[in-house]
Amino acid sequence: MVRITRRTAFKTAFLGAAAAVGATSAAASSTERPEAPPDALGLLYDATLCIGCKACVVACQDAGRLKPDTGASNGRYLAPDDLNARTRNIIKLSPVVDGESSYVKRQCMHCIDPACVGACMLGALKKREPGIVTWEGNKCVGCRYCQIACPFNIPKFEWTTDDSFYNPRIVKCELCHERIAGGLEPACTTVCPRKAVIFGSREALLKDAKARIAAHPDRYIHTVYGEHEGGGTQVLYLSHLPFDRIGLPALGDAPVPELVRKVQGTIYKGFVAPVALYGVLAAAIIRNRAKEAADEQEQP
Amino acid sequence: MSVARTMFAPVGGPLLTRPVKALAALFAIGAAIVLYRFVFGIGSVSALTDAYPWGPWKVLSVIVFSAFASGGYAVALLVFVLNRRTCHSLARAAILTSALGYTAAVVTLGIDIGRPWNFWRLIIVTGWNLHSVLLEVAVCISTYVVFLWLEMAKPFLEVWSRSDAGPLQRLARAATPILDRALPWIVAMAIVLPSMHQSSLGSLMLLAGPRLHPYWQTPMVPLLFLLSCWLLGYAFVMMTALLSSLAWGRRLEIAPLAVLGRITAWIIFAFLAVRAGDLAARGQIVVVPFTGYSVLCLTECGLLLWAGLMMQRTDRAPRPRQLFISACAVLVGGGLYRLDTSLIGFMPGAEYHYFPSAPELLVTLGFTSLAVLGYIVIVKRFPILALESR
Repeated sequence: MVRITRRTAFKTAFLGAAAAVGATSAAASSTERPEAPPDALGLLYDATLCIGCKACVVACQDAGRLKPDTGASNGRYLAPDDLNARTRNIIKLSPVVDGESSYVKRQCMHCIDPACVGACMLGALKKREPGIVTWEGNKCVGCRYCQIACPFNIPKFEWTTDDSFYNPRIVKCELCHERIAGGLEPACTTVCPRKAVIFGSREALLKDAKARIAAHPDRYIHTVYGEHEGGGTQVLYLSHLPFDRIGLPALGDAPVPELVRKVQGTIYKGFVAPVALYGVLAAAIIRNRAKEAADEQEQP
Repeated sequence: MSVARTMFAPVGGPLLTRPVKALAALFAIGAAIVLYRFVFGIGSVSALTDAYPWGPWKVLSVIVFSAFASGGYAVALLVFVLNRRTCHSLARAAILTSALGYTAAVVTLGIDIGRPWNFWRLIIVTGWNLHSVLLEVAVCISTYVVFLWLEMAKPFLEVWSRSDAGPLQRLARAATPILDRALPWIVAMAIVLPSMHQSSLGSLMLLAGPRLHPYWQTPMVPLLFLLSCWLLGYAFVMMTALLSSLAWGRRLEIAPLAVLGRITAWIIFAFLAVRAGDLAARGQIVVVPFTGYSVLCLTECGLLLWAGLMMQRTDRAPRPRQLFISACAVLVGGGLYRLDTSLIGFMPGAEYHYFPSAPELLVTLGFTSLAVLGYIVIVKRFPILALESR
């Protein structure tokens, strides 16, 4: 009798766990997507205005207090060849196709739902008010999962002790949040002679970008990159060339961390499944042990 | 009903044999490189870049080798939960391999991360980002190592209880009854934890989104990783059992291996069914267009299918050679699946390339050698391997 009731109990527990998982999968699939904070700050970069002067690269370097990356110039110029542990902001030239090319500014996009923040174990990368993604060293273990996660290849790691004395940092644009707190604009927008990159609230920048497209529909691709891409970003782009040609990835509207939240959320909702599993396993192991002891006693 | 009661006994013999010395030398090389890494930074010894930030220290030592070391988990599930006592003779060796393999994985992880001195902060629960899959994996694996050594404590306590009077003997005698009572709860925990982190090791790459090749980027990845850790764990147990009997002339007990073989075969078929169904459901036809990724995917599945068919066909008395070859095929095929999911299928951009540097591989090799060395030494001095059932 006892055995049957126990077996029934196991079955019930299993079915319960399965039902919980099933029910939560339905709930998880209807998760809401985060929206930009109402006062979200950001940048608008207009590739049609940029003349590639790199004043913003120099200003960023100045403001960031990082060692200058002289690249292949043998120590003579500030000449980074990509974003790296000494370069938070860069002007690149897109590959020439049919005689056409474009400058493109690259820096952290300050995603509305950042993959790096979802990845970060102890919250060293955090979306702080107003929507700026920053990094805090004493919570970072240097696992570099943020680099796996970021769809824009933005966070950089200090690989050698030339840059940091045994405490490698994650380096990325933090939208000059210290300057902003002091009432200033980010370094890059302050120096741009063509106003190709401007600073403001995401809402105002989005309105501005759409107005530019409406005023010059012949000049622009009719999309503001970052309005919806990857769940939306606080840095927005306008371009005369398709965005994938200037190096911005073709992302869907879903935020990158949404899939993993759905999958893991389904498995671990309320932590019911692991706890139920533990109970079932312990009960089974104890029962088998008792059976073994009984069998041994039966033997002569 | 007669009960097969397994007797375990140390292998004995000298410890400082030639293979042990060779393994120690490999470890010394790895340790020297680690020393260099801590002085001059990770970039000074590795080929890792900002585009390819994870190499063999994480992908091989943790993601692939922890699956090889899942034998303790998979065999405990079989013996203690599903009550397949035929396989009891394999349990201690399997759990020892897991304890050593996981310990090596955690140590290598400590070498890989840039700021290991911040790792202790993982014990502060309030600092956890509950959305981070890596947090779950890190906490779960670190905890599991403790439970593995607790699960593994019995043979050590047996030997120490009989040792000369002293603190070690007193401790062993005091701990034995406590451990005995706690063991079911420890074993259950040592099954829950790997069920969690082995599936989550797959979920890690969900966050790579479109940057992981669609052959491997799938919401089914936790299930595929769970199935793959079982089949890899069993295959590794079979391989270690065969090699141990060959190395130390223990009479090979084929019956438990035949059981493992048949179970592994069915797990392989389940894995392949999920894999094929998932690829089909997502419209991924692996051979169109035919690329290097197709070759990798077909190699994984082909090796597993071939090994599964071989293992499934084995009846009550399979030949050891056949078991060994199929176990190796499982390890290569299943290991490749994990390597592809975590590294080779990762596509940060056409302009970036990565191949691990020699020092990187030597570190992984060094700490793996240390685990093998530990196995040899412990098996010789402690009752891990079964004599024979009576």
